[in-house]
Amino acid sequence: MPEGSTKDGIGASVRRKEDKRFLTGSGRYTADISRHGQLHVHFIRSDHAHANIKSIRTDAAAKADGVVAIYTGEDVAADGIGGPICGWVVTNRDGSPTNEPPHPILANGSVRYVGDHVVAVIAETLQQARDAAELVEIDYEVLAPVVDLASASEGVQIHENVPNNMYFDFELGDEAAAEAALADAATVVELEVRNNRLVPNAMEPRAAVAEYDPIDEAYTLFTTSQNPHLTRLVIGAFMLSIPESKFRVVAPDVGGGFGSKIYVYPEEAVCTWVSKKLQRPIKWTADRSESFLADAHGRDHINKVRMALDANNRITGLRVDSLANIGSYLSAFSVVTPTILHAPLLSGCYEIPAIYTNVKGMATTTAPVDAYRGAGRPEATYLLERVMDAAARQVGMDPAEFRRMNFIPKDAFPYQTPVALQYDIGDYEAPLDKALEMIDYKGFEARRAEAATRGKYRGIGLSSYIEACGIAPSAVAGALGARVGLYESATVRVDPTGTINVMTGTHSHGQGHDTTFAQIVADKLGVGIDQVQIIHGDSDKTPFGMGSYGSRSLAVGGSAIAKAVDKVIDKARIIAAHLMEAADSDVVFADGKFTVAGTDTEKGFGEIALAAYVPHNYPHDRLEPGLEETAFYDPLNFTYPSGTHIAEVEIDPATGVVRLVDWACCDDFGNLINPMVVEGQVHGGIAQGVGQALMENAAYDENGQLITASYMDYCMPRADDLPDFKVDYTVTACTHNDLGVKGCGEAGAIASPPALINAVINALSPLGVTDMSMPASPEKVWRAINEAGKAQAAE
Amino acid sequence: MTNVNLTLNGKAVSADVPDNTLLVSFIRETMALTGTHVGCDTSQCGACVVHVNGESVKSCTMLAVAAEGAEITTIEGIGRAESLHPMQQAFHENHGLQCGFCTPGMVMSAIELVEKNPNPSEQDVREGLEGNICRCTGYHNIVKSVQAGAQKMGE
Repeated sequence: MPEGSTKDGIGASVRRKEDKRFLTGSGRYTADISRHGQLHVHFIRSDHAHANIKSIRTDAAAKADGVVAIYTGEDVAADGIGGPICGWVVTNRDGSPTNEPPHPILANGSVRYVGDHVVAVIAETLQQARDAAELVEIDYEVLAPVVDLASASEGVQIHENVPNNMYFDFELGDEAAAEAALADAATVVELEVRNNRLVPNAMEPRAAVAEYDPIDEAYTLFTTSQNPHLTRLVIGAFMLSIPESKFRVVAPDVGGGFGSKIYVYPEEAVCTWVSKKLQRPIKWTADRSESFLADAHGRDHINKVRMALDANNRITGLRVDSLANIGSYLSAFSVVTPTILHAPLLSGCYEIPAIYTNVKGMATTTAPVDAYRGAGRPEATYLLERVMDAAARQVGMDPAEFRRMNFIPKDAFPYQTPVALQYDIGDYEAPLDKALEMIDYKGFEARRAEAATRGKYRGIGLSSYIEACGIAPSAVAGALGARVGLYESATVRVDPTGTINVMTGTHSHGQGHDTTFAQIVADKLGVGIDQVQIIHGDSDKTPFGMGSYGSRSLAVGGSAIAKAVDKVIDKARIIAAHLMEAADSDVVFADGKFTVAGTDTEKGFGEIALAAYVPHNYPHDRLEPGLEETAFYDPLNFTYPSGTHIAEVEIDPATGVVRLVDWACCDDFGNLINPMVVEGQVHGGIAQGVGQALMENAAYDENGQLITASYMDYCMPRADDLPDFKVDYTVTACTHNDLGVKGCGEAGAIASPPALINAVINALSPLGVTDMSMPASPEKVWRAINEAGKAQAAE
Repeated sequence: MTNVNLTLNGKAVSADVPDNTLLVSFIRETMALTGTHVGCDTSQCGACVVHVNGESVKSCTMLAVAAEGAEITTIEGIGRAESLHPMQQAFHENHGLQCGFCTPGMVMSAIELVEKNPNPSEQDVREGLEGNICRCTGYHNIVKSVQAGAQKMGE
């Protein structure tokens, strides 16, 4: 834990302003909100992975106690309601566009995954809605499911306009160059990896409360969203035809997101639609089973990797052919995640002259798959860091030294990769060296030997990652298929008494924006953070913004705040100059005071704020009264955090249980605003990556039933599964934002799975084990040990 | 419908509720104390932990009628913003929470853990919190918080 500081500004581990409401049970989450006269909706979901709906009989249910209305896909179609749109599409290899099938908010004609929304039952109480749902009879014609990703193209066609069940066929890089490198290689390393499917599992299930005001003809939707403005835009403009000015979307306290709450889902649109039809507020809260079935899942790739090395073990080429499971419908960022957020990351931290990748996005009769903490970048990092270890093993090099010799040298920045990105700055050896020291890499063989005396296999594994945060700039993204802007907004409103409200278009759902953003403002204005209030999550209060995802909030949203504060200072300086009868250029602002350079004449920031609102002695010829500024910031480039994570494990051969015994990481996030908050983000990211590597797996059976649909079947890390983490930093400041910051939210989840799997393979390598798939469950590890043992015995 | 009488955060309360009302629904909906959360439907996550006669209980596993006559303490009953319970203060000082959704249950479990074991080791804390899932923190700072809270509670 970094030391606390009495200072509130940039770089201080200030305790969080938002904590008290959460610690006292005063948080206000969507499910905590109830409106007078509200009705409850229960969704009847498909029990089948793939079926045609022959009939739906609702007459008995309609007569049940408390039932107010029952709606099906036919009602949705009759009202002309659109479905959620895909927010980013790509161009196929042959120049054709992504195949985009319709996604009705209640199934119309067919269901395409277990959990698909079929009927909405609305009643006075939730219990009555659930009871009535039992009386609805749905007659299905069951169709063949498509579950297996590898053979999805051969399955029955799921959507009319998606031939071969392929939504898109994307490529990036120079195929001929990569093939030439492989043909000329001294060593070719081949590896196939599966990036296992995950369920995000934010602890707060999704929920929505919608109400309609017939006097103003206006809607209000409270919803569990990471980006309320996008929810308003998509539901308003594309689904329900509500003018944005008549639609307020509020994302109050949100209990974690990890990507799963970025997207617009059918349930919140149904609540909004029905609130007008019935002229009563409508409430829906998911139970955890629904979250498992119908929240967008994450990952689920198969990657075939071939890496070329020259005679000096330098990487000369890389080819990756991937299948990405996109699921039953195109969720908002399902297409960009395995393509634009994945393929450009394949250069990692390394000089690789030739790279080519092809990614096919496949439809299956499983839940939609979309961005989950890291979004494309963990998949790229996993395959790259696995093949780096495989290569080091193949050529007999230490994996740390093999990485080091292939790193992009620190004097090579800005560095143009062969896969579109230009890294602005970095120094990859510094965090590698620090992490090796933190875990005592040199002492590992002694620890391995000691563990062996206790009958345990000990292993160590590295992962050196790079990620790209704060997707930008908008114009480039637009050329690549984005249908949204990628800027962020902020309004800084100084009150007459000098207190400050900051309205940000980002959204905080655990990241601590109330504190971190206040520190930026406090630091720049020389005021205490208690004077600064951060407001987010309400489309009526904040300027149009993009919300929070992709570790963008500080680098993009924080930069917008900094720019708006700079505008405030610029205006205040002119007011101060006027009051002090000095030239603007002679007025210096520091520590919350405007001073005429070289004199002791000064005005406090509060005095200037008051003068702006009581403009009796005021430069009216130059300025309008008031002290409120807005900035929109569209970054010039991504930011590129990087670092090295090292895992150390011990494996019990009797049980196959992998115990994580040590973790050291050194990350370069650029400048840190609140090291305590950053460290918390790193811890949480590592934990989710450990979950992916050792425990978590969303499994469908051959019929398309999700067999891991509760916390009893889907294993997530608990307190006794994890060690303390050793966390440290190196700093190369981002060159293209004023704060010099990069982003830290996803790094842990990106870096950790390959480190852990590399450690497991390292532990078992004396037995001849060279591969391990995620999750490295006790059964899988035990089998690997026993099969290796049999093979050795046979030799 | 059954009439339920119990003590909630020191106050006697009474309400008629359907027999199948869960204690957590009684607290959240009937009594409008929304600090106790529901994170799952299989009694795994611990977001709904309250104290029933001083014992940690997942309030989604108990019917309201079964709490007849009991003393129930929820997160709202242990400290206030201006006078946090030492365990709440320790979570604040040690950054033991992020999104805050698991936090009420985590704090209630932690208080009971320390009441039974006033000086828990790191391993005691990790094992003692097995019934509470946090998706944000990786538990590192929660463990630190509970150990710091134990020290403060002992002072």
